[in-house]
Amino acid sequence: MSEMKKIKNLKEFSTSADRFEGANLLCPGCAHSIIVREVLNATNDDLVLAASTGCLEVCTAVYPYTSWDASWIHIGFENSSTAVAGAEAMYNALKTKGRLKQPDRNPKFVAFGGDGASYDIGFQWISGCMERNHNMMYIVLDNEVYANTGGQRSSSTPIGSSATTSPAGSISYGEKMNKKDMMGIMAAHNIPYTAQVAPNKWKDMVKKIQKGFATEGAVFINAVSPCTTEWKFDPKDTMHLTDLSTDSLVFPLYEVINGKEWNITYRPKNVVPVEEYLAAQGRFKHLFKDQYKHMIKEWQERVDANWEYLNRREEARV
Amino acid sequence: MAFDKMELRDIEVWDGNFAAAQALRQAQVDVVAAYPITPSTPIVEGYAKFKSDNYVEGEFVMVESEHAAMSGCIGAAAAGGRVATATSSQGFALMVETLYQAAGMRLPIVLNVVNRALAAPLNVNGDHSDMYLGRDSGWIQFDAYCPQEAYDLNFIAFKVSEDHDVRIPAVVNQDGFMTSHTAQGVHTLTDDDAYGFVGTYKPMNDMLDFEHPVTHGVQTEEDWHFEHKARQHNDMMTIVPGKIEEAFAAFEKLTGRKYNKVECYDMDDADVAVVCMGTSVETAREVAKEMREEGIKAGVVGIRVLRPFPFFEIAKALKDVKAVAALDRSAPGGAAGMLFNEIAGSLFNTDSKMLLSGYIYGLGGRDLTKAHLVDLYKELQANADAGKVLTKQQQFIGVRGPKLAYL
Repeated sequence: MSEMKKIKNLKEFSTSADRFEGANLLCPGCAHSIIVREVLNATNDDLVLAASTGCLEVCTAVYPYTSWDASWIHIGFENSSTAVAGAEAMYNALKTKGRLKQPDRNPKFVAFGGDGASYDIGFQWISGCMERNHNMMYIVLDNEVYANTGGQRSSSTPIGSSATTSPAGSISYGEKMNKKDMMGIMAAHNIPYTAQVAPNKWKDMVKKIQKGFATEGAVFINAVSPCTTEWKFDPKDTMHLTDLSTDSLVFPLYEVINGKEWNITYRPKNVVPVEEYLAAQGRFKHLFKDQYKHMIKEWQERVDANWEYLNRREEARV
Repeated sequence: MAFDKMELRDIEVWDGNFAAAQALRQAQVDVVAAYPITPSTPIVEGYAKFKSDNYVEGEFVMVESEHAAMSGCIGAAAAGGRVATATSSQGFALMVETLYQAAGMRLPIVLNVVNRALAAPLNVNGDHSDMYLGRDSGWIQFDAYCPQEAYDLNFIAFKVSEDHDVRIPAVVNQDGFMTSHTAQGVHTLTDDDAYGFVGTYKPMNDMLDFEHPVTHGVQTEEDWHFEHKARQHNDMMTIVPGKIEEAFAAFEKLTGRKYNKVECYDMDDADVAVVCMGTSVETAREVAKEMREEGIKAGVVGIRVLRPFPFFEIAKALKDVKAVAALDRSAPGGAAGMLFNEIAGSLFNTDSKMLLSGYIYGLGGRDLTKAHLVDLYKELQANADAGKVLTKQQQFIGVRGPKLAYL
């Protein structure tokens, strides 16, 4: 039987004994640590964790130190999903053979990766793990950029964003491609559970993580993780940025069950114009110049269309 | 549901692939994560069939690439159990990143490499390009010359690799097609004897021990990376050779079959010798015997353990030999062959007056014929008689067109 944590309010969250130490090297204001703490705090069960190469990994496991008070593995950039899948296979084998040291435990297998590790270089590995339906959870810490290496574009980087390999300039508005629809692709694997979460809506997030932990089979989670360094906002504004991302519907919160049942889990009372979300970040600063202003209108249209799409998917139940 | 044991005849007719698959079954591997590629595919297929027929109790995960296969093996090994897989050529090349990671993370894993050429041009046949690609990856490397050895060396690989003083992954090489697809008589072990030899896996730093959480695969920069790598090399140089000797001795006691890090054939009084690996060893042995009938004191040295390289054993085997040929089955890419260099390194700074020449042969599965070896031994004898290398130091044999010779 899984042991879910019951947490009533934010204070309980912040004082809850956690297995991810505050002693880490992540930037002040980085949303990664907030998300990871929320995930780990969602269960009392034992954990087998993996991280792909990236900010989370390089900031939490620098020899001879570790920020992890749980079993943890890092192999490379592309394969945290398969690392955990391998560990899960070993758990099943030793369970069958009666060789588990603590047979009464009910461990959870979780892999973390950034969007570069997930949308790009580790895409195939994740797809393989989802297709084989390992009993595991894969969580993208989606900051829409290769942040650890200094701000290069990934296939999660949205159109119009200025990244170091798609910089805005006198004749360029920056990134040319739309963000990859990773949620849709993962849902199309028909896995038991797919969800998009945001750390500001922590109750929604904990509910989804706990639902994921209670699920037998593969779970994919995409977590928006505002990056103070690359999105260029004040470290104290991380939660404000996250609020803007969910309330402008740029990052709609929803879940997909068995690839068919789509549920929108958060409908903001007051929808914020996308322009406000863009204006709060240095990476979109150039869009407010006359020559690129048309992009803002296009952004709003795209976000509206996506919201319409999600609502229709929810309605359709197919 | 308990798994079934298999009754084997004392001698079975197996090819190298099936012999390796049987060894994995008998070692009761806990997790095999694998991806098929010619010519190693039948190892994975054989294992899959064992699983379907309830001869295997462990997990069998068919992943989507060789990189994922080794990634899964690393995760499984870190979780704490016996892990093995198989690959060849391009698959091995795709795995290389993770091979370094497995070794650096000190995880015992057994990898069967059925040696095959590397593209381009694409080629499915046997040479040692993949073996050479991984030679500095930090894995222990064994070389089998026939199906019997492919079978035996798997047990020895588990035994050495999983030793708590070692914890270094191990490769068992065998020649693509020449060994992997050639059926021969293989002396078998009973399931109980085989498992008794490798023993039940003893976990260490296992992720599934929740009372002792472990962080695997950390970052070390200029402050600690060198110490980790140096320590690992130290263990390869000082601990692993003895552990291999112990495993060879224990295996001989169990089966009567004796392995050595360097295999010497007709070497006691040899004037000239060929050093090679894989199936070429057996061809060379036959030719050496024929050369002796013609009055040339020919011998053969086979490399059984490529890593850690048996420097002292090579030096001992070759110290009184007058002329030696190093046979490398991999494109040297603008250098002397790997065996040429290793042998030269083994004999340098010794009293040996050995004349060494290098031969590149058999790329992409080109046959090494007896006629090639007869010519080669005659060249060695001529070198020995003249007291110097009369040819270029590096020659290609068995390739079309004008003779290629360098250095």
